[in-house]
Order: sequence, then C-alpha cells, then structure tokens
Amino acid sequence: MIEFIKTLISGLGLGSIYALIALGYTMVYGIAKMLNFAHGDVIMVGAYAGIVAFTSAGLPPVFTVFLSVAACTLLGVLIERFAYKPLRGASSLSVLITAIGMSYLLQNLALMIFGSQQQAYPQYVKLPSVTLGGITIDGITLLTLGVTALIMIGMSLFINRTRLGKAMRAVAEDRGAAELMGISVDKTIALTFAIGSALAAVASICYGLTYVYIKPTTGAMPGIKAFTAAVFGGIGSIPGAMLGGIALGVIEQMAKTYISPLWADAIVFAVLVLVLVIRPTGLMGKEVQEKV
Amino acid sequence: MSEGILSVQNMSVSYGSIHAVKNISFEVQEGEIVTLIGANGAGKSTTLNAIARLLPASGEIRFAGDSLMHVPGHAVLKKGLAMVPEGRRIFLRMSVEENLEMGAYITPRSSMQEQMEDVFRRFPRLEERRSQIAGTLSGGEQQMLAMGRALMSKPKLLMMDEPSMGLAPILVEQIFGIIRELNAAGTTILLVEQNAQAALSVADRGYVMETGRIVMSGKAEELLASPAVKKAYLGG
Repeated sequence: MIEFIKTLISGLGLGSIYALIALGYTMVYGIAKMLNFAHGDVIMVGAYAGIVAFTSAGLPPVFTVFLSVAACTLLGVLIERFAYKPLRGASSLSVLITAIGMSYLLQNLALMIFGSQQQAYPQYVKLPSVTLGGITIDGITLLTLGVTALIMIGMSLFINRTRLGKAMRAVAEDRGAAELMGISVDKTIALTFAIGSALAAVASICYGLTYVYIKPTTGAMPGIKAFTAAVFGGIGSIPGAMLGGIALGVIEQMAKTYISPLWADAIVFAVLVLVLVIRPTGLMGKEVQEKV
Repeated sequence: MSEGILSVQNMSVSYGSIHAVKNISFEVQEGEIVTLIGANGAGKSTTLNAIARLLPASGEIRFAGDSLMHVPGHAVLKKGLAMVPEGRRIFLRMSVEENLEMGAYITPRSSMQEQMEDVFRRFPRLEERRSQIAGTLSGGEQQMLAMGRALMSKPKLLMMDEPSMGLAPILVEQIFGIIRELNAAGTTILLVEQNAQAALSVADRGYVMETGRIVMSGKAEELLASPAVKKAYLGG
C-alpha cells in the first residue's frame, strides 16, 4: 500500500510536468491550428538558461527562475514570428515540417553551445521531504504539485473569466468571426506562444530540480510524451491537457513500479492507442455540432 | 450623388484563378438600407467579406471618408463597420453573454453593460438565455445573437449576409422588422439576400448581382416592379 501511494505521488509529480508542457501543445493547436513540435525543446532551452543563470552567472534563485521564464517566453514568440507566421495560410504539412526543423535547429544549437555532455541542473531550491503516515514525499515533488495546481487554476480563470482569455477561445473557434469582433488574430497567436513557452519554462525548472541532468536532447522525450498527453486528453482542450498529463505520468510510474521500467514507455503509448481507438477525440475532446 | 458612408470603386476579388467579383462599384449613403440581391454564387457574400477586409481585393473601398484598402480585418470594426456574416458564425461553445462580450471587445468595459442591456431590450429572448451555450440555441435565436453581437460596438454601418437563411417565414418577418427598427434608430444597413422580395421590401435601393458583376441598380420599388427582376428573382 505504501509503495502504491509513493508511486502514485511520484506519478502525479511527473504528470504535473507533462501537464504543464501539454498545455502549451494544446493551446497552440487550438488557437494557431498547428502542432508545434519544437515545444519540447523550449524546455531544454529553459533548463540551460537555468544552468547559465545560476551556475555560470551566479544569480540568485529568484532571478534564475525569472530569467528562465523570460528566455523561454521570448524564444516562443520569436519562433512563432520568424518560423511559423510567414507560413500562415500555407499547407499544414509545410508548417509541420518547419516545426520539426525548428526542433532539430534548437537541439543542434544547444549541442554547439553546450556540447553533448550532460550537465547538472543547479539544485537552487532545497526543500525538506515530508513524512506522513510512514510515507516520505520528496519536497521538490510537493513543490511541483503545488505550482502546477496553482498554474492550472490560474489558467482556467484566465481562459474562462478574462476578456483576453475569451478572445483566445473566440480565435480558437472561428478566426474570421474573431477578426470581425476586432480581435487581432496575429496578436492572439503570439500571446498563445508566449504563455505556452512560459509554462514550458516552469516545466523546465520542475524537471531540472527533479531529474537534475540536462543535455541537448532533454526536451525531446518529455515533449513527445506531453504531446501524447495532449492528444490523450483531447487536443485543443485545456482541461484535457491537464487531465491527460496527470494520467500519463501516473500510468508511466505505475508501469515502472509494477510491470517493468523497460516497458513503461511502450505501455504509455499503448494506452494512447487504446484511448484513441475507443474515443478518437480523446478523453475531453469536443465533438462539435454545427447548426446551420 | 455625393460620396456615401461606404463607397466601393472598381473592386475585384479573386480566389486563385477564379474572379468572384469583377470590377464592381456602388455606394451606400448614410441612413439608407441598401440591398445586394442575386442568385447563389453571384458574388454577394464575397463582396461583403472583401469590404470587411477578410478577403484581399483590388480597387478602392472607402468608409466614412477613409480608404479601407490598407486596414487589417480586425481594425475595420473600430471604424464603425460591423458585419453579421453568412451562416451567423456565432461562437457556438461560448455562452450568449460571452458572445455579446466579444462583440464589445473593442469598446470600453464601462459602456459594455449598457450596450448589453440595449441588445437585451431589442432581443428579450437573448436575455432569457444569457448563460446558455450558443450552440444549443435555435436557428432564429442564433440569428438574433449574431445581430446582437454585431450591435454591441454601436456600428455606423451594419452589413448583413443572408439574415433570413434557414428561418421560418414568421422569423424572417421578425428579423426584417428588426432591420427596419435598427435603421430607424440611425444605423445604415447593407443587406445581402437571396430572398429578393423581402430584401427589396425593406430597402431604399438595391443592386442586382450576376456572376460577379452588378447588372442592375435602382430604387427598391423600381426593382420590385421591374419585369427582369421579377422574372429572375421573384418567381415570375
């Protein structure tokens, strides 16, 4: 039982990281109607930004966090402005290829700058672990869970309650009609990339503090798993990305503990296939009914 | 005739190699109801979409004295030009109230509540359903929401694309009654309709479009009485 609860909690921690990344995938898909395969690599950039800020430049933790978020946000906006925006109106295949190219570009730039050796992410946040009823929970895992919960509440409020959040939903639903309302589609898409990338920065911090070692391909696997989580939850759906990310993390840790660490990834992707066979739109995917 | 609130000069619109609208010119004077009638595919909706800057066009489009040719689509509403698009295109996953809020996206928050009350006075049914998801409304209610949404910014000119489409005759009558009321309250209206009879009976003037060109124009009653219009669009 104790083992089960411990596995569940570490699954929730991992799932939180996936959920943060999946939010970026799903928002960009919903609003810009594209799969941003470079999104995972933004996490890698965020992690290196943390290493440079804390380890190399000796900045205090608060500035390190700030710098990581700023670097990722700027990167996301620049990627959209220079790689994807010129392709607005091009076929979705061209955009997809560009996104894959951007992913490799970022990985190779990191390889050139930081080399292929893995580097340690500075452990600038130290939290004592908590023991509750015989179960010891890592402090960083609790921090990850808390931060993710706050971000999810914040994102839900932003999307559902604020004028800007509603404008994002309007653009996601019908670009032309949103333009008629005076909403700038270009600005809304840029904002979406900014938010998604800022969330990726938060994910990079949680990832670095939990898993420590960073290399140029660090973003690839969490990226693809978060994409899986977004599809699993229903791509385009924000609650779906949250639920999908958490579910995927828990399934992965359970598979590692109770089946085999070697099989964990295969099981994760098999679950995705199964869900999509039963519910092609994902767990929370919308089947839109149009009335004419 | 002096330059109207809306003036379209030699406008052409193409989709790839298809010329959907060919070199058309027309005017709408302040306070008028003007209708563009014509068969399906004549280029009426394309014309409205080009004026709203949702489609690239060549020629000249002037609104309230300024050229719209370099104005991006999202900035047209700020000039006082709103459109109720074909098929309504309300935000189906958002509530009635949120749809109206989107209509007031460019207006200051302080005047939004007042404007919403105004829309609710005109469409009491929308107030009853204010928190309902728009996709669950009936066709007539959706049309009212689309019109209410377009009115939220208090436009000077309202363009409407087929407001009668798919509605029962009694609702069509109601919608056209509202168009008259809006016009009486000072809104200039450019109306695109396949239902030529209904459109010409509310309009001051009309233009007849055929395969991308304007083939006839005149006072609404003249067009209603014209044998050619009768034969082609009014069922004999």
